[in-house]
Amino acid sequence: MMRFIWPFIIFVVLAGFLFVGLGLNPREVPSPLIDKPAPAFSLPQLHDPSKQFSAEDMKGQVWLLNVWASWCVSCRQEHPVLLDLSRQNIVPIYGLDYKDRRADGLAWLHNGGDPYVLSASDMDGRIGIDYGVYGVPETYVIDKQGVIRYKQIGPVTVQSLQEKILPLVAELKKK
Amino acid sequence: MKRLLILVMCLLPVYAMAGEAQDLAKDPVLEKRMIGLAERLRCLVCQNESLASSHSELAEDLRREVREQMSKGMNDEEIIDYLVARYGDFVLYDPRVKSNTLLLWFGPFVLLGGGGVMLVYQLRKRKRTLAEKETELTPEAAQRAAQLLNEQKDPQA
Repeated sequence: MMRFIWPFIIFVVLAGFLFVGLGLNPREVPSPLIDKPAPAFSLPQLHDPSKQFSAEDMKGQVWLLNVWASWCVSCRQEHPVLLDLSRQNIVPIYGLDYKDRRADGLAWLHNGGDPYVLSASDMDGRIGIDYGVYGVPETYVIDKQGVIRYKQIGPVTVQSLQEKILPLVAELKKK
Repeated sequence: MKRLLILVMCLLPVYAMAGEAQDLAKDPVLEKRMIGLAERLRCLVCQNESLASSHSELAEDLRREVREQMSKGMNDEEIIDYLVARYGDFVLYDPRVKSNTLLLWFGPFVLLGGGGVMLVYQLRKRKRTLAEKETELTPEAAQRAAQLLNEQKDPQA
């Protein structure tokens, strides 16, 4: 009996690791930017390209930076969630229109509704690279000091809002 | 006429090679260096492809970024640091040795060593038990063995 106990323990440990591995999402690559200052940028605004929007302008506020594009399919999934959030006036959402054509981006916001205070246009995707964007949509929670505190990879859902984003925003606002 | 046509048809594929890799010709040395580096990096969109072979838009942008940084005179290490700062260790096919990758790097050797120790231990134990059992035959036992062997030879007895 005793001679089987060690192989059995090793099997259980291994099976445990594999089981946890099954539940992980390989597309969710942890961002090294968490708890680091949000990369600075200054980009033309989507609605009025003569005006600039820069991450610096947001110092002193907790805000969300949502990376979106008119060509992005999952963005359609999160869009109603963002619209709903913007109506609640809890936290300002700023958009980063990533690798999109200006006309397409504007049309998308016009037809689908615009949850953003404003959107900045990152037409060649350079700012996206600075933020480590690899799969749109992505959403960053940035605190009053301009530090990235959380990154949502993929669409924002009601569940991720309730469980992660809103509690974090409430906590960051108190600081 | 027919033969001439066949000859012409046979020669046609020669033209199929034209027009390839024009983009690379801009600076072939830099391009080669860029591809060499990009082969060591993972594309985040199609995760089983390297940055060099992926056709995703992000990979194209990142290759452009790498190309630009190389022409600015940054060395390979600096460019890798630039990408790791944005996308994390995940972009490296060759993970760096640091506290949270120690198990990854040295775990297999620990397992191998552990297996070796177990093997030596088991072999010694086996040798000892065999040595205990393999005692000389007593005269009675030898006699009995011979008797048994004889019985086998002559089943009628």
